[in-house]
Amino acid sequence: MAEPRAPTPIRVLIAKPGLDGHDRGAKVVARALRDAGMEVIYAGLRQTPEEIVESAIEEDVDLIGLSCLSGAHMALFPRVLKLLKTRKVRDVPVFAGGIIPDDDAKRLRRIGIKAVFGPGTTLEEIVRTARGIARHRT
Amino acid sequence: MTVPRALPAEARAVVRGDRRALAQLITRIESRDPSVAPILRALHPRTGHATVVGLTGPLGVGKSSLVNVLLAHLRSLGKTVAVVAVDPSSPFTGGSVLGDRIRLERDPGDAGVFIRSMASRGRAGGVATATREVVRLLDAAHYDVVLVETVGSGQVDIEIRDVASTSVVVLVPHLGDEVQTLKAGLFEIADVFCVNKSDLPGADAAAKDLSELAGLGAARDGWRPVVVSASARDKTGVTELWTAIEAHEAFLDAEPGRRAEADRRRIANELVELVRDRVAREAAERLQADPSHGKLLDEVAERRLDPRTAADRIYERTHGSSSRTRRR
Ligand code: B12
Ligand SMILES: Nc1nc2c(ncn2[C@@H]2O[C@H](COP(=O)(O)OP(=O)(O)OP(=O)(O)O)[C@@H](O)[C@H]2O)c(=O)[nH]1
Ligand SMILES: [Mg+2]
Repeated sequence: MAEPRAPTPIRVLIAKPGLDGHDRGAKVVARALRDAGMEVIYAGLRQTPEEIVESAIEEDVDLIGLSCLSGAHMALFPRVLKLLKTRKVRDVPVFAGGIIPDDDAKRLRRIGIKAVFGPGTTLEEIVRTARGIARHRT
Repeated sequence: MTVPRALPAEARAVVRGDRRALAQLITRIESRDPSVAPILRALHPRTGHATVVGLTGPLGVGKSSLVNVLLAHLRSLGKTVAVVAVDPSSPFTGGSVLGDRIRLERDPGDAGVFIRSMASRGRAGGVATATREVVRLLDAAHYDVVLVETVGSGQVDIEIRDVASTSVVVLVPHLGDEVQTLKAGLFEIADVFCVNKSDLPGADAAAKDLSELAGLGAARDGWRPVVVSASARDKTGVTELWTAIEAHEAFLDAEPGRRAEADRRRIANELVELVRDRVAREAAERLQADPSHGKLLDEVAERRLDPRTAADRIYERTHGSSSRTRRR
């Protein structure tokens, strides 16, 4: 019998910008999204914002997830948002996690990061949020 | 480049080198969106120029790492390169982690490179159906070489030959037993064997073993698989690998009709698959819409009807009448 015409899975890019080597959280999140039926493109460590945006374009993802535990988030995350704008990618939301102080999280949300999660966030919450904010194909 | 007006807008964008348009069309092919048909139709005459190389082999042998060094080598030769990396989807959740990109280093500003990860999405044909269309799209987008990476270890992967004109089977030293069990399948696939991780001990012996095995078998269609050793880590053997791939491509062109014959074999498989896809899809759709279907299931479950008879009835009801009633 033919495969059922399943809806296209949500495609998510998970990347770690900068030199931060803490990749456990990013991997845990990638696996949780996979287990929720999503296609996760795991770009791995030490990605430049340029690489992240190019990957997002080539992979035509519905959502970008950034992970940073090194403290460099305020330098790196806004740069990704800015490059997305320059490349006219307006419909792909970004969310993030890692060690990010509350004040920074607020500022990041103000400039357009849809959600910011810290240590201890349940994977259910991350999956629920991903489903909620991912670009929906029509 | 002049692009004829007659092409659909998306096709024109792809030919013009619009990377987003290309990426979005790939998504539509992957999701089997029927609205891509006219675009693919319009682009078809523009395909057939790219060299399509398949890299396959067991998990973790270094396929992506080899793609990475090949990519750099090909760029240094001035060739544009597209990469399609296929990973399996979970049969349970449909999700997947596509991790091949981790190994691929590239200059994000280099328009001569395009990399795409694909999940197999439980397609019966695995890589074949959607991958072929994606590869042709990349071909129409003017990439000189398309590298297709698939995980596989033997029989199931024979279909990489349905996509690529040259297939590389990647192995590592000390795969002794595995090679023995895979032998039949592997030798049917491989135009080139690449023993990667030759920085590890045992590489020479592995390459020698393979060469002997390759020499023992009958040459397939006049070609004997070439064995090369490489180390993606130390970036050695890359030139040799590309030379071996080119040698096979040259072999295909050495005699008139040889490449065409190989193409025709692939096309024949593709056409059968496309028809089978459509028949199966239509049958499934009609079954779902047919109120008597549930009754049929009950009858089989209650042992009042056997599955073959039920299937015959379904076939007659769906396929038998499809040519007359299907008009949409
Ligand atoms: C394990 C660990 C390490 C391991 C990392 C192993 C690995 N491969 O990941 C090792 C030992 C290598 C390490 C090294 C270092 N570490 Co360390 N490390 C930790 C520790 C204890 C836990 C991190 C962890 O793995 N947590 C488990 C995962 C699952 O949680 P998580 O990453 O937070 O992810 C969750 C959320 O944040 C969120 N999330 C994370 N990413 C994303 C992404 C998206 C898209 C979303 C939606 C959500 C999300 O969801 C996850 C699930 O809830 C933290 C302290 C802490 N409690 O966080 C310090 C910590 C991160 N490390 C720290 C430091 C300083 C270092 C070193 C510089 C130490 C040193 N001087 O050598 C080095 C640097 C290494 C490097 N190359 O970058 C500091 C960072 C300080 C800062 N940012 O200001 C911390 C906070 C410790 C501290 N309190 O000082 N570390
Ligand atoms: N020593 C050595 N290790 C290598 C070499 N090439 C790759 N590796 C390592 O082998 C591991 C797997 O490499 P990948 O390139 O991801 O292998 P792959 O075949 O693409 O893996 P899958 O796509 O998961 O099947 C990584 O840890 C690489 O660093 C090599 O030439 N020598
Ligand atoms: Mg790989």
